[in-house]
Order: sequence, then C-alpha cells, then structure tokens
Amino acid sequence: MQVLYFAWVRQKVGVGQEEVSPPPEVTDVAGLMHWLSGRSAGHAAAFANARQVRAAVNQEFCPPDHPLRPGDEVAFFPPVTGG
Amino acid sequence: MAVVRVQESPFDMAAEQAALSAGRTDVGGIASFVGLCRGDDGLSALVLEHYPGMTERALAGIAAEAEARWPLTGCTVVHRVGRILPGEPIVLVLTASAHRAAALEACAFLIDWLKTGAPFWKREEFPDGRERWVEAKDSDDAATARWQQA
Repeated sequence: MQVLYFAWVRQKVGVGQEEVSPPPEVTDVAGLMHWLSGRSAGHAAAFANARQVRAAVNQEFCPPDHPLRPGDEVAFFPPVTGG
Repeated sequence: MAVVRVQESPFDMAAEQAALSAGRTDVGGIASFVGLCRGDDGLSALVLEHYPGMTERALAGIAAEAEARWPLTGCTVVHRVGRILPGEPIVLVLTASAHRAAALEACAFLIDWLKTGAPFWKREEFPDGRERWVEAKDSDDAATARWQQA
C-alpha cells in the first residue's frame, strides 16, 4: 500500500511517501493512522492530533471510517489552504 | 469544457480571457477572480505545495460542477504552485456565459470551492528564516457550505 504525506504531516513523518504493508486488522483510514503512529516518533508526532489530519484514498477526500483495500493509494495531510 | 491547469509560472490573464471568446459571438460576459499573495507581517514568500494528480482531478471535478449548475460557455482555472512573492498572482478563475448572473455566481462558487476542495497547502516564509503553515479557516468552510444549501 502506497502512503503519501503532505505539508506539515510530511515534515513530521520525514518522508513524502512510503510503501507499507499493514496487518489484516487495519481495515480503514483511522486504523491505518493508528498503525502508522507506531512506526516512528515522527509518525507519532504527525498523527498525535488525528482530528487535524485529513485523508484521501485513491485521490478522493475520505472520512476516517473509509474502508481500505490492498493497493490503495492513501494520503494524509492538514486541512487544505488553496485559493 | 473547462480549462484547468496547475503550474509554477505566472499566468497571462489577458490571453486566458481572450481564449474564452475567440471565434465565437455567444459570450455575453466573462467574470474573473485573481488571488494575489499578500505581504502580511513582513512575509517574504508563500510556498504552495500540492498533491500532483489529485489536484488536477479535484479542479476538473469542481469546474465540471460549475458547468453543470450554470449555463457557462467556458471556464478557466489556473492555480500556481511553488514559491510566490508578495504581490504576485496565485490563482485565476474565469467564467464566461451569455449573461452576467451565471458568470458572476459561477466565479464566486469556484473560488469558494478552491479554498476547501482542492489539495493545496500554503507555507509562509519570513525574512528571519521563520516559516509557518497557513491554517484552514472556519470562514472558508462556511463560504463553501452556503453553495451546498442552495
């Protein structure tokens, strides 16, 4: 599963993207955030306040309970500030 | 069909506007919005990051929504990324229609949606080396929400 990070989430994690293989009990976006938090201190810092982190699955904005499938592209980032 | 672009370079507003009416006589008005980089608090630059691929999809989706809701003859959205200096343009929205109301409303809809519905992030840089990510505003969410009630 490809995971991408943007803005301060990327800075805290320390990389812009990584390939991960979460265990079967990780079934949705919120579960993946929780599991990723255990990978490093940087990940833990990025996801410390989960309510400040938004997600996209396969390039569509998704809520935390959105289900995940193998091969999904998942991205984590702060609320957007374009325009 | 909307024109949607993400680019580092500045845009030519006159050329973009001319393209919306070139070779046709059914366009009665073109509404425009240009977002500029303000130099608040001594800001030295804004750095815009985005999610390549998703950004283009989101912009195309937002533009298609505008075209479905208003009778537009054309629509252009150009959003810059990378390092932008105070006074420089960041974003251009143009909407063309036979009549002004559709063009003006669609333009306001698009710029409200751009604030909340496309994956861009702004980082502020200051002369002393400080940097700060711009935080999303509740007022921007409210501005987008008013189009959902309509």
